[in-house]
Formats: sequence, C-alpha cells, structure tokens
Amino acid sequence: MATALSTKKDTNIRLQKSPTGIAGLDEITEGGLPKGRPTLICGEAGAGKTLFGIEFIVKGATQFNEPGVFVAFEEKSDELAANVASLGFDLKKLVQEKKVRLDYVHIERSEIEETGEYDLDGLFIRLGYAIDAIKAKRVVLDTLENLFSSLSNEAILRAELRRLFEWLKTKGVTAIVTGEKGNNQLTRQGLEEYVSDCVILLDHRVQNQISTRRLRVIKYRGSMHGTNEYPFLIDSNGISVLPVTSLTLENKVSSQRVSTGIPSLDNMLGGQGFFKGSSILVSGTAGTGKTSIAAHFANAACMRSERCIYFAFEESPEQIIRNMKSINVNLEKHVKSGLLKFHASRPTLYGLEMHLLVIYKTIQEFKPTTVILDPITNLVTVGTVSEIKSMLMRLIDYLQKEQITVLFTALTLNTIINENTDEGVSSLVDAWLLVRDIEFNGERNRGMYIMKSRGMKHSNQVREFVINDHGLELVDVFLGPEGVLTGSARVAHQLMEKTEDALKAFSLNRKDREIERKSSMLEAKISGLRNEFESVKDELNRIYQEEELKQEVLNQNREAMINLRKEKVQQSTKK
Amino acid sequence: MEETWQLKLYVAGKTIKSAAALSNLKKYCEEYLKGKYKIEVIDLLVKPQLAEGDQIFAVPTLVKKVPEPIRKIIGDLSNKEKVLVGLNIIPVNKS
Repeated sequence: MATALSTKKDTNIRLQKSPTGIAGLDEITEGGLPKGRPTLICGEAGAGKTLFGIEFIVKGATQFNEPGVFVAFEEKSDELAANVASLGFDLKKLVQEKKVRLDYVHIERSEIEETGEYDLDGLFIRLGYAIDAIKAKRVVLDTLENLFSSLSNEAILRAELRRLFEWLKTKGVTAIVTGEKGNNQLTRQGLEEYVSDCVILLDHRVQNQISTRRLRVIKYRGSMHGTNEYPFLIDSNGISVLPVTSLTLENKVSSQRVSTGIPSLDNMLGGQGFFKGSSILVSGTAGTGKTSIAAHFANAACMRSERCIYFAFEESPEQIIRNMKSINVNLEKHVKSGLLKFHASRPTLYGLEMHLLVIYKTIQEFKPTTVILDPITNLVTVGTVSEIKSMLMRLIDYLQKEQITVLFTALTLNTIINENTDEGVSSLVDAWLLVRDIEFNGERNRGMYIMKSRGMKHSNQVREFVINDHGLELVDVFLGPEGVLTGSARVAHQLMEKTEDALKAFSLNRKDREIERKSSMLEAKISGLRNEFESVKDELNRIYQEEELKQEVLNQNREAMINLRKEKVQQSTKK
Repeated sequence: MEETWQLKLYVAGKTIKSAAALSNLKKYCEEYLKGKYKIEVIDLLVKPQLAEGDQIFAVPTLVKKVPEPIRKIIGDLSNKEKVLVGLNIIPVNKS
C-alpha cells in the first residue's frame, strides 16, 4: 500500500512515460505511452495495429532495454515473425536473446465446449509466466477481442477483462491492447471502457483514390498530447509518424549566406545569395526557367561539396540531367559522386501527407544542406490548396529546424501576377523570386523580380533573365523613355547607343582638329606680328643711333671750331 | 479394442470452480467410462509453463487428447450433457 501511494505521488508530479521508439509518436505524446498502464490501439482491419504493437515491443527490446511479451490471438508466432521480418525486425533473434517473447493464444472454436463457470486465470498465468521469464516491461495483446468471438459467455469475459487490465497495472507493465473498430464505438466490444489511460486510433482513409494512414491520440489521461490527426507511413523501417505541426516558432537562424549559383542573382541579393536555412520560392509561368534556376542552385550546393536532394514531381531525373546539360549545368557528376540525390515521384503516387513523410524520411537519411522541390504546384492533384499550405508550412518548419535551405518552384497558371497564388506559401517563405514572361515587340522574354527577401538588401529592379549555352544570366533591362525594353528590343537599343557613341566620338575628333588648326593659324599670326615688332624696333634703334652720331659729329665740329678760334687769337697777340 | 480416455484437467489453485470441475468430472467418468479413463490434474500455479502447450487460457479446462479428436471443455463442467458430447462419450453410452 505504501509503495502504491508513493508511486501515485510520483505520477502526480509527472506521468512516467514509456517511449515507443516509433518515429514521431513520442513527440506527439510527449515521451511515449503511459508507463505501467494499458493503452488501447484501435482501428480498422489493415490499419497497422499489429505492426504498431510489434514495433513497440521490438523498439523496447532493442533501444530501451525493456523486454516485451507479444501475445497474439490472431497470428501464429512463426507467421508473425515472418511478417515483420520484411520490416527488418528479427524477432527470432530477439526471442533467442530473451528480449522478446511471443505467445500465440490459439482458440479453436470447434474444439471448445463451455460448461458452467470459468475464469481466464489460464491466460493470466500464461502471461504472468511469460512476463516473469524475461522480466518484461512491455506487453502487447493483439487482439483481445478474438476472445469474444471464441467464447460465448460475455458476462464472464467482461468481468475477466476488467480484472486483466487491473492485473496488468499491478504487474507494472506498459501494455498495448489492440482492438478492431466497431460501428459506433472505437472497438467492437467496447474495450475502451476498460482502458482509460490512453487511446490511440489508427485510421486508413481513401480520398480521391489515394489512401492515407492517420493516427490520432483520442485520449491521454494526465498528459498533454497532440490532438490532431497525424499521417503515418509504414515502410521498410516500420511506422513513422510525422508530428507535423510544430507548436512553436523558435527556430534558430543563421546569418551565413549561400550562393544561388548565378553570380548576377547573388548580386541582386546583396552580393551573397540567400541565407542558409532559409526557404526560397521561385514562381513563374510555364517555361520561364524555374527548373533551370533550381538546377543551378543544386549545382552550386554540390560545388561547395554539400549534399543536396532534388525532389522532382514532374520530370524524371534523367530528363532533368539531360535538359540541364544544354545550359552547361552538369548534374550527372554530382549524382555519381553521391552529393546529389534525385527523388522523383508522381504526385499521385500517394497522398500529400505521405509525400511529406517521404520527403522527411529521405532528408533524415541523406542529411542534405539543400533541398529542392520541383514543382510544388503539381501536388495540387492530390490535395487542396489549404492542405498543401499546411504541408509546406510543416516542411519549412522542419527544414528550418535542421538548417536546410529549401527551394520550391511553383507554377503560376495565369500570366497576371497574383499575390495570393503559389499555394499560399509566399507568406511562409523567406525569399520569393518571380520569373515572368514579358511579351513585347513580338517576342517573349523572361523578366525576374525579387518579390521579397527577408533580412537582406536586395535589388528592386526587374532583370532580364537570359538562358543560354553557358547557363543563366541576369541582364539589366533597358529602362528608357519607351519603358522597359527586353530581348531584341534591348539589344537594338544597345546597338543604337553604340552607333551614337561612335558618331559622337567622330564629331569630337573633327572639332579637335579644327581647334588645332585655328591655334596653329593664330600662332603663325603671332610670329608675323613678332617679326614686324622686331623690324620696328630695329628702325627705332637705327634712328636713335643716327641721332647720337649726328650729335657727336656736331660736338666735334664745334670743338674744332673753338680750337681754331683760339689759335687765331694767339696768333694775333704774337703779332 | 478398448480405448483409454486420457484426460487433463487444468486448474489454477484450489478454487471452488476447480473443485467442482474435478468432482463433476470424476462423477461422469465413474458413470460412463469406468475403468478406461485417466485423469491428470495440472495446477498452473505450480507449473505455469504447461499452459502454453495445450493452449490454455481459461480455467478450469478439461483437455481430451486421446481418443481423437482433441477436445477442450472449459468451465466447471456443470452441464453434464455438454461434457458428455464434448468427450465423445455419448456414442459409448448409446451402445
């Protein structure tokens, strides 16, 4: 009693859980199934109940060191082992290692008579013996309801079942009981009455000829759990549930940039490309080169020796590889070196959720840094727009968490840009490139805009998007008085500008020569004037010298005269 | 040739039901199969490993392997007619 009380206290603090090891389920249930209590798994025939139970046991034995007992009421142990061997579960080995015990309770209706009172102690003892033999922590009973079809005394059965579940609890094993879905009840025999701790419904629905398996936690006493319907997948690794709607927006972000593979596009995005771990949408009308952009992006990732997965929903890998060779993108060598993985599937192959699961699983296995989905619009064939939006939202969420850069391409069906199209993902993505046709002058050309690019400077200009033998290029469109010019109109305009330039250069030359001539003329004039000036100066000098000479001669004459007169006076005095 | 009825009665401890089953069985056997039956009582509480072999899930269970066909009768064997049909004793009784 004291121990019972103390365990109760513990569970009050936090319900102990037993992880299932089933991918995704433990996230929905926040840790697994209630430890030490029975859980009911119900669903239609073929919903995957038995597999669920087997996986619970196998994962428990292999991953959590919790041995388990599987009691089959339907299949023989050997059949069971053979059936699950295809899923990679080696039951026989686990049985030999005493980690798993299979018990087949066979009730042959024709051999049995019922007379009077009885109880199911035989079953209890068998189960108890099996549990004790391997110290099991987990028990699966698949499918208890078979008892009801074998035995007629329902009153005893019901009382005994109630006792069984109580007994399982006291044994402290985490139990799974499977039950087939009934008409108005979860199970045919109303097993849910007895199992009140946790009920999980498996569902297998066909919609638009596409079947999807879904799982829902109907009830989980004392614990938070995801209430939605979660699609799940049964493949070669067993069950995987995708806990698709992450409840929080707490993804870490990176400021690292990755190149788009197109240098001129990088330039439009602040010179460095997209953020790592961001989501990019490339939308456009048919034939605008969306796949080419995607291939460049994939190529760039592989060139950086990073892994990339290309999910193709429209073309086969060979087709893409061939087509991209024509624009000088060699994807084949990346496929060969193992960096690039193509995953091509028809959208109609399975339901939307299944696509998501497959994408999710492929990503988990391959661990790429870049993922491409080409095109997401094709998924419309298997789901409504809102379904696709929710699927992509969850995918983006997941990729962001894993820091994987993703590029979607989307086909816009009308040529008018509609901000609401593209499956409504435009608000979810971090960057949105729009490629559109520009029809002008009798030709169609491609123009590219960056509609948005969160958290970085980006060009607001339209660029002409040219696909040639060398790859993709973005060319500045011509913005002139006539508007935006692209294609041959742009080329024509460029030629015109070239001619103008030549003419201008020519006329400039002529003017130069004229000025030169004029200046040489003027120089000649200047030298003439200088000559004239020299001669005038000479003349002036000559006159001046003449005058000087004349003065000198005059002075000499006068002196001579004076001297002469003096002599005359002396002579006269002598006389 | 006389056949021996090899009967196994599986019980889980000494309960009222198992006691009733055993006494009923002995009574029918004495009445219809005198001298050609063998009853083995197996207490699953003592030998739980035996439960799997004979596919026992309810107690008390009476298992008849010989003579063929194999028959199992569950319950306290209070319904005489059912037990006799179950053990293929009725034809014997007729003769």
